[in-house]
Amino acid sequence: MSQSTTAEPPAHPAPQAGEAGRWRKHALAAGFLAPAAFFLGIWIVYPTVRTIIRSFFSKNGDEFVWFDNYKELFTEDVLVTAIKNNAIWVAVVPALVTALGLIFAVLTERVRWSVAFKTAVFMPMAVSAFAAGVTWRIMYVKDPDQGAINAGIQAAKETVSQPGVLSEAAPSSPSIVQTSGGGMELQRPLQPGQVATLGLTRISTDEVPSDAEQAVRPEPLQGGIAGVVWRDFKPGGGTAGQVEQEELGLPGVTVELTKDGNKVASAKTEANGTFEFPDLDPGSYQVGIGAATFAKPFAGVSWLGEKLIMPAVIIAYLWIWAGFAMVVIAAGLAAIPRDVLEAARTDGGSEWQVFRRVTVPLLAPVLTVVFITMLINVLKVFDIVIAVAPPSVQDDANVLALAMWRTSFGGESDFGVGSAIAVFIFVLVIPILALNIRRFRREV
Amino acid sequence: MAEVALERVGAREDTVAARITRFVSTTPVHFFLVLVGLLWLVPTLGLLLTSLLAPSDLLTKGWWQIFSTPSRATFDNYQAIFDNETITSSLWTTAQIAVGGTVLPIIIGAFAGYAFAWLEFPGRDWLFILVIALLVVPLQMALIPMFSLYDKAGIFDTVIGLILFHTAFGLPFAVFLLRNFFIGIPKDLMEAARIDGASELRIFLRLILPLGLPAIASLGIFQFLWTWNDLLVALTLARDTQPITVAIFSQLRAFSANIELIAPATFVSLVIPLAVFFAFQRYFVEGLLAGSVK
Repeated sequence: MSQSTTAEPPAHPAPQAGEAGRWRKHALAAGFLAPAAFFLGIWIVYPTVRTIIRSFFSKNGDEFVWFDNYKELFTEDVLVTAIKNNAIWVAVVPALVTALGLIFAVLTERVRWSVAFKTAVFMPMAVSAFAAGVTWRIMYVKDPDQGAINAGIQAAKETVSQPGVLSEAAPSSPSIVQTSGGGMELQRPLQPGQVATLGLTRISTDEVPSDAEQAVRPEPLQGGIAGVVWRDFKPGGGTAGQVEQEELGLPGVTVELTKDGNKVASAKTEANGTFEFPDLDPGSYQVGIGAATFAKPFAGVSWLGEKLIMPAVIIAYLWIWAGFAMVVIAAGLAAIPRDVLEAARTDGGSEWQVFRRVTVPLLAPVLTVVFITMLINVLKVFDIVIAVAPPSVQDDANVLALAMWRTSFGGESDFGVGSAIAVFIFVLVIPILALNIRRFRREV
Repeated sequence: MAEVALERVGAREDTVAARITRFVSTTPVHFFLVLVGLLWLVPTLGLLLTSLLAPSDLLTKGWWQIFSTPSRATFDNYQAIFDNETITSSLWTTAQIAVGGTVLPIIIGAFAGYAFAWLEFPGRDWLFILVIALLVVPLQMALIPMFSLYDKAGIFDTVIGLILFHTAFGLPFAVFLLRNFFIGIPKDLMEAARIDGASELRIFLRLILPLGLPAIASLGIFQFLWTWNDLLVALTLARDTQPITVAIFSQLRAFSANIELIAPATFVSLVIPLAVFFAFQRYFVEGLLAGSVK
């Protein structure tokens, strides 16, 4: 290893006064370094050694247990999940953050208002990971009336199909059966001149349309089928299948008429629940209500449930760190000599080719730095997980740092296994440490 | 600008047409960036507006309702948290930790950084390599021994205990950053001062510190945000001495029941870091680059 000139201590012009002078200088250096040495020694070096030793002792520390704590780390379900999850973090997140940062940096490079964009994306970096987690937890609320993400999904869904007006309704009597498609129909086919009575129950008061009136059983229609769709329920119960006083018609329901499996007509019910299919050919018809009427409304994706909690936490994490990657990569991009890119462009390279063959290779060192920084961060990720994941799914969202904390301070008080997890995180970081040192030694 | 230069190469091109072409070809990019930029702001906006909803609305309504009925917005929740002893005292605790945990490592780190940059002593490079090594030691390695040690030393659950911990874990970065900055100060300046007979301490105080101010500013912002935003250390080494993050954390178990407190308290906890960020953005970015690219 060669010493560079900048790192060399300044050559003093005046000759030093031998041994005594040298000692004075060393004492001075020691004085400058002492406070730092004190802190680093007591708060970092001592506990590091202590934790390594502690990881070979039992829960309360009075028994030497060899590698039992490590064995537990690799066999206990919750801890294995933590390792697996952290492996997913390592595999997915640094790459995604770097990619997002690269895309943003390249796209903003020639946009005049890029500062506004960069500020918006970079801002979460200033915020605590914990507060960011709380912020996202508000976004992830399941009820689409409250959680913004599910509200967005609901809005998108409703542009495609509206939820049914009677999503919870059920037949009031056995004369009505559910069809395979999710609709309902009268069990017995009707002939023209007969009356269809479609009674439904399990409709809450606020589900009844506000313009509903007292239900009416219509008079038979000559050469056609008349009928009524109503809420076959009144305070006290009433008789199923009978249109009675105080029972409301269900307006706005689309009733369908089918013959031999083919839909021949449809009609909407009036305020009193009645509908008519006039002028029908003789024959037997099925009267029913289509599945759309009973379509369940969107109940919300449970982002904070056990299945989606990992992606939910990762999205929140990307929100925080993409700005970091963007800013660092943008700085690297700015350092690329303009003429190199221009030469490539004038040589006829397309934007994509220039990007792929010139920009990215020149950025490689910066991309590596971002990637490695994220790698270290991801191995220690804690705050965001504990903030986004409710306690009930923390087993499913578990990562090493969270497992370490929960095992040691979250009630179990197992300092043996807790120390083993800490040492495991440390061991995973060591290769990166080696890389850092190599970089420094190359520099000196 | 690259494309301007390219146009010149093309010579005598209709610049208006070229401009239109360029505008059209970059429109999707603009559109994409506007969309992503807005998307990035939504969560923070959502937090702010949620904190402005009345408790009765919070149970049934989403924050975006405020757009259609601005009259729903109220400062009642903020009133409530500022009347809440736990929250106000936790904010004070956070401020103390952040200031102490910023000033101390800067002072100590500056002395050490200077020694590593400009003083001569045996094993200097090896000691500096040790500092770099300590840079990546995970916090988790210190929690359990410190938990026991703090108890014995009587500084468990104290502001000073938390400050000392943040100081120690801030130091490797502080020493690393400042040493790298100090070493870039021209040697001639130092030598001139030495010839004039200035002592090392005088050189350090009168020459290095003023010249190192930009690096110190970057470091200060980083350390301030890091300590202000801490959850893990305070959660482990304190019980009743709660900074704001821990105070919010203890409400998290009953998330929807406590949202009227969680949302405004979280937003308040964001205000100071965001103010620092917007006021000193330049130093923040510089520190970031010095810390990662170098």
